[in-house]
Amino acid sequence: MPTSIAPSGADGATSSARPAEDPRADGAGAAVHVRGLVKRYGGRDVVAGLDLVADAGAVTAVLGPNGAGKTTTVECCEGLRSPDGGSVRVLGLDPVADARALRPRVGVMLQDGGLPTGARAGEVLHHVAAMYAAPRDVDELGERLGIGSFARTTVRRLSGGQRQRLSLAAAVVGRPEVVFLDEPSAGMDPQSRHAVWGLVRELRDEGTAVVLTTHLMDEAEDLADRVHVMDHGRVIATGSVPELLSPDAQDDRTLRFDAVPGLDLTAVGAALGSTLDGPLDGTLDGPLDGTVAGGPGAWTVTEPQPGSYVVTGPAGPRALAALTAWLADHDVLASRLTVGRRTLEDVFLDLTGRHLR
Amino acid sequence: MTTTTGTPAPSALAAPAWRRVLAQAGFETRAVLRNGEQLLVTIVLPVLVLLGLTRTGVVEIDTGGLARIDFVTPGVLALACVSTAFTSQAIATAFDRRNGVLRLLATTPLGRGGLLAGKLLGVLAVELVQVVVIGAVALALGWQPAAGGILPAIGIGLLGTACFTALALLLAGTLRAEGVLALANLVLVLLVVGGGLLVPPEQLPGPLAQLAAFLPSGALGEAMRGALLGTGVPPLAVAVLAAWTALLAWAAARFFRWQ
Repeated sequence: MPTSIAPSGADGATSSARPAEDPRADGAGAAVHVRGLVKRYGGRDVVAGLDLVADAGAVTAVLGPNGAGKTTTVECCEGLRSPDGGSVRVLGLDPVADARALRPRVGVMLQDGGLPTGARAGEVLHHVAAMYAAPRDVDELGERLGIGSFARTTVRRLSGGQRQRLSLAAAVVGRPEVVFLDEPSAGMDPQSRHAVWGLVRELRDEGTAVVLTTHLMDEAEDLADRVHVMDHGRVIATGSVPELLSPDAQDDRTLRFDAVPGLDLTAVGAALGSTLDGPLDGTLDGPLDGTVAGGPGAWTVTEPQPGSYVVTGPAGPRALAALTAWLADHDVLASRLTVGRRTLEDVFLDLTGRHLR
Repeated sequence: MTTTTGTPAPSALAAPAWRRVLAQAGFETRAVLRNGEQLLVTIVLPVLVLLGLTRTGVVEIDTGGLARIDFVTPGVLALACVSTAFTSQAIATAFDRRNGVLRLLATTPLGRGGLLAGKLLGVLAVELVQVVVIGAVALALGWQPAAGGILPAIGIGLLGTACFTALALLLAGTLRAEGVLALANLVLVLLVVGGGLLVPPEQLPGPLAQLAAFLPSGALGEAMRGALLGTGVPPLAVAVLAAWTALLAWAAARFFRWQ
């Protein structure tokens, strides 16, 4: 796997910590190394042969829709569940058999929090810190995450975002080498989210291996050095964000526009296709999803929500002109029109499908 | 920070085991003493029962010629033990389990073993507070415990604590939190009324007289009365309590679910 196009920071930190080897070669030196993990509930494979690698000094995102098996995977790494098959190694150790040795070195933020509801926030953090020989400065950490303002409030009365920040603080207060964060930004306001992201980057820069699950594309895109896209209990794509955005499609851009719902997607695609060289062979499927293949690039026109359109392809100035010309010909006013790069969300939806579940 | 390059011994990263367990015990104790409902069950209820049974004639008890306060206080101490080790602990653990607290703490250096040890120590700490409060009220009402029975009474209290904590964990680790909340309070009331805690089993009506003697509550009440009244600890009561403790501890270890 190419490592050269990972975002800045990741490779520098990794290679300085482990100069003699490339931990990504086979994952043997990785902080977290999962091979062929299987976990069944009631005869159903929730995790079905999953491979996952996370390095020290890097943020690894496990991205997937609800029910993909993200939490189960992370819980197997945390030693909270025993795998039914495959192997899990965290810092080279078995999370279940070597739990005693691993607990002081691994920090965990559970999806459901796990905070005692009757205690005050500050008390909870001090309590968790008391489990470690050399914890972080509780006051300093609390200040970083804005916990001071609600330190004397009982957990029961905290907002969702406040609880998440407290959970994160509890996960990192013991200076862990590996941190598992299960949906860290769930229920957070934008300020909390940025405070959390800042801390995650800092942990990464300090050499910590950060593994986070999320279904937030921007979180994975902004934070992750490596993304594992998961669905139906398997990893279906792995790579840095630029890698996932696919080198072939690096020039693809996305045109998004809002207009009256129910436009003829096929016709829009055809209008754009005329901006390409070469003949069109116009293979189209479905009233809401039109794809026009045309030579080296392909136009995809979709209407994810009524009245909101996404056009993906090698869009240049002429394509933009063709689109607005088509809209003018049909007497349609676009109330919004933006040009952007293909995003991780586009890739994610391509990989996992657009149907609701 | 370069901790990723070396692998320090885990013992150097975690606080010493005794400090972790003590921290957990202190945390659990404060949680009980700060919670209004828990205080009601563990402190207020036993004191009210003590006052009710000694200052009013609402409940007929044959004290066999002994002073009423001497006869009632050991039973109230047994009730206090059950309220903390069983009712309070079952409810607290059930909600901690539902809220994921047990799982989170199991991922810290405390671990599951440390969590259990901390809980048991926390129960003992609350019981110490109960004994001080109830003992002070009883002494003010003229209680004269048999001096030679105090040490045996402590041993019986520890055995009863083990027994009812095991029952609490069995319920909390297998049933839904709301179910535990209802059941733990209901069982406490039933044991107080007909379980032989306050009223000796042989004074209970009908088949309860035989049944209650073989309940952990009846055994605890009888053993406590025997010790503190100076009439001797009945070996049968201790045997019954020990047998229940073994059974419930096994069942709790076998059936407890952490999540």
